Amino acid sequence: MQDALFYLFAFLTLVFGFLVVANPFSRNPVTSAMFLVLAIISLAGLFVLLHAFFLAAVQVLVYAGAVIVLFLFVIMLLDLKAEEQRKLKAAGVAGGVLAAGALLAIFLASLWAASRDPAAAGGADAPVLEGGTRALAKLLFTQYLLPFELVSVLLLVGMVGVVLLSKKDLK
Amino acid sequence: MIPAILNWAETEAGQLVLFGALKILGVFSVVMFIVAYAVWVERRTAAFIQDRVGPNRVGPLGLLQPVADAIKSFLKEDFTPAHVRKVYYWLAPAIVMIPSLLTVAIIPFGSLLGGQKMVIADLNVGILYTFGIVSLGVYGIVLAGYAARSKYPLIGGLRSSAQLISYEIALGMAVIPLFLIAGGLEAPAASAGWQKLLAGTSSLNLGRLVSWQALHGWFILYAPVSFVICLAAMFAETNRMPFDLPESEQELAGGYNVEYSSMKFALFFMGEYANMVAAAALMTTLFLGGWSLPVAGLNQPAATIGAGLLHIGIFLAKMCFLIFMVIWVRWMWPRFRYDQLMDLGWRRFIPLALANIVVTAAVLWIRS
Repeated sequence: MQDALFYLFAFLTLVFGFLVVANPFSRNPVTSAMFLVLAIISLAGLFVLLHAFFLAAVQVLVYAGAVIVLFLFVIMLLDLKAEEQRKLKAAGVAGGVLAAGALLAIFLASLWAASRDPAAAGGADAPVLEGGTRALAKLLFTQYLLPFELVSVLLLVGMVGVVLLSKKDLK
Repeated sequence: MIPAILNWAETEAGQLVLFGALKILGVFSVVMFIVAYAVWVERRTAAFIQDRVGPNRVGPLGLLQPVADAIKSFLKEDFTPAHVRKVYYWLAPAIVMIPSLLTVAIIPFGSLLGGQKMVIADLNVGILYTFGIVSLGVYGIVLAGYAARSKYPLIGGLRSSAQLISYEIALGMAVIPLFLIAGGLEAPAASAGWQKLLAGTSSLNLGRLVSWQALHGWFILYAPVSFVICLAAMFAETNRMPFDLPESEQELAGGYNVEYSSMKFALFFMGEYANMVAAAALMTTLFLGGWSLPVAGLNQPAATIGAGLLHIGIFLAKMCFLIFMVIWVRWMWPRFRYDQLMDLGWRRFIPLALANIVVTAAVLWIRS
């Protein structure tokens, strides 16, 4: 049952993900965004299978519920005629393949390292991230406190940057 | 064949499926019944407030009006304008309906009935699931606006997406104090009912929140600021007056549903009322003590079938009161201007909700 569900959600994630970037039937950005929603919901299904319920709920809440709604908001305000007629460019495809390939290489390298030496990849005494919010919060506020705070500073920098860029004339 | 099925019904998985299916059927029919009659109550209330008579022709007091409306919607011509985007045009009415029905799945609408917890899915990430599903509700309206390929619906859809995102943030931050307060709940050791109700739950579970309120008092008393913010956000999230800007008929001639007719329009209409039911059920669970009532031992988990049914009745009564209040407000208040709506959401409610979290945490820290 679990295996069947894993293959189902993994398959759906891949198919929807593919349809986001290279939909053969439609070059409409809104359609891409809607397939991204479906891909994210399938991904949340995978998190549930890992017993990471918190991540699954937050995935749907933040990405499907907020980020992509903002995408749609922006897409609808833009002029889409030019975008719909644009063909795939060779440089864009090459860049995408390069980025995806680099990510795949990182995953494969870490999997390979883990299969050779389970202890180094955090074998038995690795922090358990599954389950509810309590374990996650505990780790975030003890072991990973510094990275957590640094990420929040990064977000603050991003926010200040957006305010700066969106103001036409600085006083 | 039949003995095999009976044996399967005795197993744990069989019980889960059987009672799950029964609960889903029960909840779905009650929600649909309330949706149908909320429309009748709304029309009668509106008529009363405006010194009119309202629908009183079909059946006694017009009580069969929802049936007549349903027949009318099904028999009308289902017209699809030539200029719409077909796929989204067909999908949008369904997408409006689904999230509100999914939200109801985790609402604890009673304590125990014959040893069964009265909730369809007792999720430990409860409130996060709710917000996740509620946040998906925006797609129906946005896609309807986009599918129409005309100006007013598009503006309605855009307004809706901005409005829902803004008020979701306030809503999410307003409920944090409740979970801070209810965090350290322990089941009273002597009672088997409490043990059954609370076993295996963790701090974000909605049933736990109701249990805390049954034991200590309703959250409307402990967190009134949260209640006010959530109430306003509830009006905004369900697109009800005074926040019904996505469909404001004077400016947008109906907004996102301009291009829809017959049953597709009726689905938008039902979606709005189903959203109202879901929001009222959530507010009852969060602030009005859910199934509990602090008189005559009704704040203990039910031991008998009668008490179990009474708890469900109490929950429904509280919920219907909230729905009636939402309807009442619609005919008493003028609509907000769009910039006022955004100003209220971002510049008043979000700072207020943040201050509320800090003050609650500080009070809990001092008292501990």
